[in-house]
Amino acid sequence: MAEPLFTPEEQKKFDAGIAEILSHYPSDRKSAGMLPALRLLQDLKGWLPPEGLRLVAKNLEVTPERAYEVASFYVMYHLKKPGKYVIDVCTNLSCSLWGAEKMLAYLEQKLGLTAGESNDKFTLRETECLASCGTAPCLQINEDHHERLNQAKLDAILAKLT
Amino acid sequence: MASTAKAVEPVISAAWGKPQSWTLDSYRSRGGYDGLKRALTMEPAAIIDEVKKSNLRGRGGAGFPTGMKWSFVPKDSPKPKYLAVNGDESEPGTFKDRYILENDPHMMLEGIAIASYALGVHTCYVYLRGEFKFQAQRTQAAIDEAYKAGIFGKSLMGKEGYELNCYLVRGAGAYICGEETALLESLEGKKGWPRLKPPFPAVVGLFGSPTVVNNVETLASVPPILARGAEWYAKLGTEKSGGTHLVCLSGSVNRPGVYEVGMHTTILELIHDDKYGQGMPKGRKVKAVIPGGSSAPVLGADELDVALEFEALKMKQTMAGSGGVIVMDDATCMVRSLWRVARFYAEESCGQCTPCREGTPWQTRLLRKIEEGRAEMSDIDLLSGVASSIAPYPPIGLGNTICALGDAAALPTHSFLMRFRDEFEAHVREHRCPYGDHPWGSFGDWS
Repeated sequence: MAEPLFTPEEQKKFDAGIAEILSHYPSDRKSAGMLPALRLLQDLKGWLPPEGLRLVAKNLEVTPERAYEVASFYVMYHLKKPGKYVIDVCTNLSCSLWGAEKMLAYLEQKLGLTAGESNDKFTLRETECLASCGTAPCLQINEDHHERLNQAKLDAILAKLT
Repeated sequence: MASTAKAVEPVISAAWGKPQSWTLDSYRSRGGYDGLKRALTMEPAAIIDEVKKSNLRGRGGAGFPTGMKWSFVPKDSPKPKYLAVNGDESEPGTFKDRYILENDPHMMLEGIAIASYALGVHTCYVYLRGEFKFQAQRTQAAIDEAYKAGIFGKSLMGKEGYELNCYLVRGAGAYICGEETALLESLEGKKGWPRLKPPFPAVVGLFGSPTVVNNVETLASVPPILARGAEWYAKLGTEKSGGTHLVCLSGSVNRPGVYEVGMHTTILELIHDDKYGQGMPKGRKVKAVIPGGSSAPVLGADELDVALEFEALKMKQTMAGSGGVIVMDDATCMVRSLWRVARFYAEESCGQCTPCREGTPWQTRLLRKIEEGRAEMSDIDLLSGVASSIAPYPPIGLGNTICALGDAAALPTHSFLMRFRDEFEAHVREHRCPYGDHPWGSFGDWS
């Protein structure tokens, strides 16, 4: 028998989260809760496993294909299990003017990954504008934002990731 | 340069940097929610008139008059009406809304309450870009405070029988969702594909109901208008655009940041004045400036004595957009800069319209080819042709796609080619980038 998707505690959180999400929308518009429901699932599991997508779809009374369609459109949803730490490096113009291209090259060399690749610990991605152009260069690690980076600051941040 | 730019009274940023400025207590101690108090004594139509008189123009990019937008909502619709707050700030060069959400979220919430009452709205959704984790936490905490204080909930700040609910929704990483109809699709739980207009959201919006979509800064501007009067607000600005202006300064300047300026402030003052950018790093010179977020046509160094204001920038065939001023210095490669911008639009195209879906990556590939010295002269004309197939130039805003992302992708190409064509040709002639492999080398300059 396949392992259950959730632990009992996760199941409780998921059910409560779905109920809260649905309370924000008209009762005939359950599908509107798709983005927050996918986020809830990802917060619990670290990614969006297929059986989780089916469960979200069931709760929102839509087809699993619809859940997949939405999940695959947005870059913050992970349809494959990412590394423990997802590093999104902004290389848009303002960040690049403050050395983001060099920062990315440094990270690639240090982590032994090319942007777009993963290992168990890290997923390294080149991303588009994190709305922090005035404090460039910047990056996010699992949605935690770091800005005004230089090599020493970046090394200190990476050293804390176990 | 020493400070010569005329200072303005800060309206939006007055409390930034003050201790606990994001809390309800702090906001109330500064006269917060006085605007709502006054609004609740007025007829809804009078509130809309007040906003019209203030000359407030939308601060999300398009600059449409806010009061007029509100007046498009049908008064006799049997359907519920909605307010959607656009906090999907994502255009490269733009980072002002995050400061409002971090420093003074109640200002936006009060704007929501006033707008909702004026429009007959009972449910508001605040849509923030997915990456704004900290800003979402702070905004949610402010919403919770507002519920607890009876501002939101069963009776709008004591207005019996007027229920107003406010929910926060986080996006999931798609720039297109900042386009108002794509934002509504996303709020409905779908992928962010823009809708054809008309019908406009004011008539057929969220769940098929009348919906107003306003930017974070636009709504944050509403409470001071109600508290201090439309005339006062209008006088802070120009004849056609009331109030002050939040500009986001980034790129090659000594002190990047968000500054609240008068509409008369010029780009040169913003870059060099001691109050703002404090000049260029390492004694470099300005080469080019994008004045209103990455989609705004670029200006050359000799065109910068221009006010950061909608009409003045329009005269220069560019736009104020979302207030994002990106400065490039004389060591910057314009081909590589445009490639970075073009790459963004290719990544963020939703794929619905063929000219945008196919044209934006094609632009990116051509620019890469030119930057790497692999291109022929004919590739420069081809690039121009590809951009024209997405959106011809001029005029601004009449592209071949459903939404303005196509225009946003084509305008930078047209303008870079118009003003810096010699650099593109130099790449082809020399079979290399004249600025080398890594023209931007300041990683590590922040202390």
